[in-house]
Amino acid sequence: MLPRRGDKPEKIVRMHRRINAPEPMNDEFSIKFPEVAVENLLDAIPHGIAVVDRDCKIVAINQTLEVLTGVPLADALGVYVDFILRSNIARRGRTFREVLASGETQAIEGDIVSRDRRKIPMRFTIAPLRGHGAEPAGLVIVLDDLSEVVNPAGLGTDVDIAESIIGQSPKMREVFELIPLMAHTEASVLITGETGTGKDKIAEAIHKRSSRAAKPFIKINCGALPESLLESELFGYVKGAFTGAVKDKPGMFRLAQGGTLFLTEIGDMPLPLQVKLLSVLDDHEFFPLGGEKKIQVDVRIIAATHRPLKERVAEGLFREDLYYRLNVLHLHLPPLRERETDTRFLVNHFLRTMAERTGSSVKSFGDEALRLLMDYAFPGNIRELRNIVEYCVNICQSRQIEVDDLPKYLFTRLAPAVAPVAAPILPEQPPPPPRESGQDWQSIEKALIVETLTQTRGNRSKAAALLGWGRTTLWRKLKTHGLVSPAGARIENEEG
Amino acid sequence: MKILLTVQDNSIAPRFDQATEIMIAEHDGQRLTAEPRTIILPHRSAEELSDLIVKEGVECVICGGIEESFHKFFTWKKITVIDGIIGGHAEALQRCLAGELLPGTVLPSAQGKG
Repeated sequence: MLPRRGDKPEKIVRMHRRINAPEPMNDEFSIKFPEVAVENLLDAIPHGIAVVDRDCKIVAINQTLEVLTGVPLADALGVYVDFILRSNIARRGRTFREVLASGETQAIEGDIVSRDRRKIPMRFTIAPLRGHGAEPAGLVIVLDDLSEVVNPAGLGTDVDIAESIIGQSPKMREVFELIPLMAHTEASVLITGETGTGKDKIAEAIHKRSSRAAKPFIKINCGALPESLLESELFGYVKGAFTGAVKDKPGMFRLAQGGTLFLTEIGDMPLPLQVKLLSVLDDHEFFPLGGEKKIQVDVRIIAATHRPLKERVAEGLFREDLYYRLNVLHLHLPPLRERETDTRFLVNHFLRTMAERTGSSVKSFGDEALRLLMDYAFPGNIRELRNIVEYCVNICQSRQIEVDDLPKYLFTRLAPAVAPVAAPILPEQPPPPPRESGQDWQSIEKALIVETLTQTRGNRSKAAALLGWGRTTLWRKLKTHGLVSPAGARIENEEG
Repeated sequence: MKILLTVQDNSIAPRFDQATEIMIAEHDGQRLTAEPRTIILPHRSAEELSDLIVKEGVECVICGGIEESFHKFFTWKKITVIDGIIGGHAEALQRCLAGELLPGTVLPSAQGKG
């Protein structure tokens, strides 16, 4: 009886042993099937099979193994078995030699790398082939594919990534393809992209896919802290290093030991600290503030910035050597306006999650509201899109979001003509460009305020209404952007 | 220009991620410019090996079986990968320099010939 699909490898080995057994089985077999070679018999078995001699060199392989390894039988003959199998169980041949020495069948779980570069989990059943002598004449190795029963490593994290980062556009697909590649190395990664493009999420995804996933992922914003505080946060300090240092502080580098340190807004890191960071990246060790003992660390660095680092290098604001040290692997995240198909997808995603979170009955966007959103440039990218959807979900009183539920500042940017006050006052004023790029949100917001105030001839109440803000918000933002002198501010404030 | 070979004894190591020894050969496009140097890796790690390959500025990797993600990574880094090679590393290097080594080649030395 020939082996059948689904037979356990051990059973196949037993059958194979019978086939290759000395008298009387061989005689009986060869009498009944005089034309059938052993290779033909092996081809009928739906498992990879290799037969090797006492030197562990290939004597026969079946078609299944030929397909798996991509090596035809003619090329495989006489080759040491593990060069053909590409398994992780051979231990330079010791595994096979042990079976030859003991004469006992072994079943070992491991994997192979196939012809199409897949790592396939396998159960290897290694059985001795009995000849006429006392010692085995060789081995038969049966490979049982365990792909369907073993959950491939990393599948869970793929799901996590899919849930946390959304995008179907070609540009985002390229990014998704790069994430596992970047996770596979220990090199530093530099993520660039405008504000709100998801640099943090990508950094976390790279960490989760890497071999450091079980270790900490620590994020620190280099632009949010003054130099001295950032230094102590990164490198820690020892007790007594300065007034108030009443106990040792480990610092982020030590807390991230074995894991990943994510330095966001690296472009804003003060120059003196850049020197220290470069030194740590090169030597994997540093002195904490006030410390006399070097601390050794094993931390992978992922850095991110929305600033054009190369330009900052040219301006002398960022060290060139650190730039090249961080820029080993570079990942640029496209702004939302370049991710054509993703906007609608993200709108629906945020609408669903916001409605669920707030218990709102809002189900969809009306056609006109959706069209306006699709035409908007989203200078604040995904963060801005999420905020707009959140605003709409909170404001909307019906099941469908209409134009009236959108933040008013969208109209100002999209078409000044719809602003009732602006149009008659300055009819010659050219419409603002529909899409802007290369600016950060702060400068865009400042330009927007100036533009709106120009339209309303400086009337802040009207400007605030057009922008969809309260007067106080507009006032605060005017101060933030330095758009008003203290003296003028008082007068304007009293007026409007 | 640098060629990196993953080696096991005198052969190309069967698997990239299981390699514990590598050989780096520098050449001028036709012949070697220096004696190839051998590096023993502290442990098996495809990630660390990939890192080393990038840092060393290697332009071509000759290896046995390699996973698709690493192959893609090297392609992305514009590093040529000649994988699935079975046989002696000296022969593989020689053929590579002559521009005659293709992925999946079983060299005569693997079968005790040549």
